[in-house]
Amino acid sequence: MSGTKIQEKKTVTLGSLWRDKKSRAVIMQIIAVIGVLLFFGNIVSNTVENLDRLGVKVGFDFLTEPANYDINQTLIEYDSTDSHFKAGLVGLLNTLLVAGCGIVVATLLGFTAGVLRLSNNFVVSRLMQVYVEITRNIPVLLQILLWHGILIHSLPVPKKAEAVMEGVIFTNRGAYLPQPIPQEGFGWVWIALIVGIVFAVLFKKYANKVQEETGRLIPAIWIGAAAIIGLPALMFIIMGSPVEMSYPALKGFNYQGGFVIKPEFMALWFALSIYTGAFIAEIVRAGIQSVSHGQTEAAHALGIKPNFTMRLVVIPQAMRVIIPPLISQYLNLTKNSSLAIVIGYMDLVATIGGISLNQTGRALESMAIVLGVYLFISLSISALMNIYNRRIALVSR
Amino acid sequence: MTTETKKYPAGMHPVLPPPSGSVGPVRWMRDNLFSSISNTVLTLLGLYLVYIIVPPFIQWAFIDSVVVGAESRKECLAIMGEDRGACWSFVYRRWGQFVYGFYPVEERWRVNVAFILAAFTIAIVLVEKLRNDKRILIGAILLPVACFFLITGSSLFGLVSVPTNKMGGILLTLIVGLSGIFVSLPISIMLALSRISKLPIFSIFATIFIEFIRGVPLITLLFIASTLLSYFLPPGSNFDLLLRVLIMVTLFSAAYIAEVIRGGLAAIPTGQYEAADALGLSYWQSMRLIILPQALKISIPGIVGSFIGLFKDTTLVVIIGLLDPLGIGMAAISTTEWAGLSTELYVFIGLFFFIFCFSMSRYSLHLEKKLHTGH
Repeated sequence: MSGTKIQEKKTVTLGSLWRDKKSRAVIMQIIAVIGVLLFFGNIVSNTVENLDRLGVKVGFDFLTEPANYDINQTLIEYDSTDSHFKAGLVGLLNTLLVAGCGIVVATLLGFTAGVLRLSNNFVVSRLMQVYVEITRNIPVLLQILLWHGILIHSLPVPKKAEAVMEGVIFTNRGAYLPQPIPQEGFGWVWIALIVGIVFAVLFKKYANKVQEETGRLIPAIWIGAAAIIGLPALMFIIMGSPVEMSYPALKGFNYQGGFVIKPEFMALWFALSIYTGAFIAEIVRAGIQSVSHGQTEAAHALGIKPNFTMRLVVIPQAMRVIIPPLISQYLNLTKNSSLAIVIGYMDLVATIGGISLNQTGRALESMAIVLGVYLFISLSISALMNIYNRRIALVSR
Repeated sequence: MTTETKKYPAGMHPVLPPPSGSVGPVRWMRDNLFSSISNTVLTLLGLYLVYIIVPPFIQWAFIDSVVVGAESRKECLAIMGEDRGACWSFVYRRWGQFVYGFYPVEERWRVNVAFILAAFTIAIVLVEKLRNDKRILIGAILLPVACFFLITGSSLFGLVSVPTNKMGGILLTLIVGLSGIFVSLPISIMLALSRISKLPIFSIFATIFIEFIRGVPLITLLFIASTLLSYFLPPGSNFDLLLRVLIMVTLFSAAYIAEVIRGGLAAIPTGQYEAADALGLSYWQSMRLIILPQALKISIPGIVGSFIGLFKDTTLVVIIGLLDPLGIGMAAISTTEWAGLSTELYVFIGLFFFIFCFSMSRYSLHLEKKLHTGH
C-alpha cells in the first residue's frame, strides 16, 4: 500500500505478499478453502470409517421396503404394507396441510389483531397487546402441549359425547363432522364455480376500465362474490342436491364414518396459528405505522373517505413493508410444524425422520431427506421473495 | 347575555373551565370506548372476554389452589373438596429438581454461586457505568469462566466434577440460553461480515452456511446432534450430548443474528465506509471503530428478538431427552402421584419463560429509545 523504499525493490517475500492488500485477499481465500475442504474431508473419512466399522451400508434402497407402521391421519391412501417412501409422502402432505391451514388462520388472526391493536378503543387495543405479549413470550412447544392437553382432557370420550348438532360431535379422539360425498351430477357444480370465478375476474377488469375512463364506480367485488357463490348454488339446486351426507355413528368405542379432525392436528393447528398470529400482528402494526401520517392527511385533504383512505392509500403502502417479514413468518410456521413430534402428529419429521429412521437405522439418509425437503421449501420461497422484492423495488422510484 | 360579556374589556375575560363532559374520564370514555356503535360493541365484547377469562383463572390459580401440604394429586383434591383449583404441590415438592435438575444436593451451593456470578456478569454488560470501565469489563469476561468451573467442577480447585447429564431444570435452560447468547454473538458478527465481504469465497461460504441453517427447523439440527454427530467424529471419540446441543444451538442462533446484523450493516450509508477509508484505517480498524458500532446499534432490537427466540427454543432439548424444566415437569406428571396435572405444569413453565422473555423485550424497547439519536 504505502510506497516505502524497501517495497520498491521487487523482492517478493512472504511478508510483502501479506502486506499487499490484493495478494493477502487471495491468500486468505485459499486458506479458507483449504480449511473448509479439510474439515469436510475429515468428516467424510470419519463417517466412512464409522459406517465400515458398524457394517452399515449407505443407500436409499430402504425407501422401497414396507414401512410396517400405521399413520393416524392420511390424506392419501396408505396402510402399513406401503413403502417408507409412501409413509414419508404422507408425512410431507401432513406437514403441508397443517402449515397451509395454520397460515390461513394465523394471517386472519394477525391482521385482525394488528389493526385492532391500533384502534383508539382502549379496551380493545390493550386486549390485543395482552394477546400479543403473552403468546409471543411463551415457547411454541409449550403452547402445542397446552392445546393438546386441553383438547384431550376437557373433551369427553366418544361413548359419553353428545352431538352439538346433527352429525357434529366433539370427542377427545377428534371432532366428527358430516362428510358430503358428491354424487352423480356434482361435476356441474364445479363447472359453475369455475364459470363464476372467471366471470368475477373479467368483471373486475371491466369495472377497473370503466372507472379509469369515466370515474364511475361499479361495486365489482360484491357482484363478483355473488357470482362465485350464487352460480354454484343455483346449479346445485337445479341438479337436485347431488350430495349425500355421511354421518358419523358410534360403533364400539369410537365413531365411524363422517369426517374426522384429529385432536393432534387441531392442537398443532391452533397453537401454531395463535403463536404466529401474534408475530403477524406486530408486523401489521409496524407496517401500518410506517406509512407516514402525511399520506393520510393528504388523502383526507383530497376529500377521500376514511375507509377508502385505508384501502387505497394506507394499505397498499403498508403491504410493501408487511409482506417480506410476513413470508418469513409463514416459513417459521412451516418449520415450527416439525414440533408435531411431541404430540404424535405424523408429519415429515415424525415419519421419515422418526419411525422410519428408528426402524431401518438409516439415520444419515433419513435426515438427509428431511433436511433436503425443508431446504427445498425454504429456498424456493426465498427465491420467490427475492423476485417480489426486486419488483416492488423497481416500482418505487 | 350580551350585557355580561360587556363587563370585561377586550382580552380580559377570565379563562373559564371547559364545559363538563368535554374533559375528564367521561370525555375520555366517550372518545375512546363509545365513540360509535361498532366501537361500543367491541368495548362490551372485550370487557365480557376479560370477565369470562380473568376471574375464573384467578379463582383457579390462586384462590382454590393448593401449594403446600399435599403429597399427591389425590391429597390435593381432598384438600380442595368441591372447588377444582390448581394443584401446585408438585412444583413445591420438586422445586429442587425444577431449579437444579439432578445436580447432587450437597453441591447445589456451587450452582447458586454460579447464578450470582452470572447475574453480576449480566449487570456489568447492561449497566453503562460499569461497562465503560475496562477493568470491570475484563472481570465480566472472567466470571463466566469461573461459572463454568463451578458448575462442571474441577480437581484443581477441589471441586467434585459433575457429569452434564445431572444438569437439568432452570440450570440447563440458563446454560443453553446464556452460553448460546454469549458465544453466538461474535460468530454472527463474523458471519455477517463474511457474507457482505468483497472476497467471493468468504461470501459464498457464509451465504451457504446461513441459508442452510435458516432453511431447516432447529429440531432436525438437534436430531443431527443427538444421532448423526457420532458418525462424523473420529471412531471411539465420545462427545458430551449437552456440548453437542450447545454447539448446534449456538450455530443456529448465530445464523439468525448474522442476518439481523447484515441488515444493520446494509443500513449504514456508503459515505461512512468511504470516510473510514479516507482516514486510512485498515479494514478491521474501520469495522471496529466506525461501522460495527453503528450497525450493531441499529440491530439491537433484532438481536434481542433473536435472543428471545433462542431462549424459547431451549425447550426443544426436551425432545432429544435433556431434562429442562419442561422435561423435569413431564417426568413429574408421569408418576402415579401427580398424573393428570399437565395444565398446571404448562402454566407454570409458561410463566417462567414469560417472565424472562418479557423482561428481555422490555429492555430492548428501553434500549431502542435510549439509543435513538435520530430526529
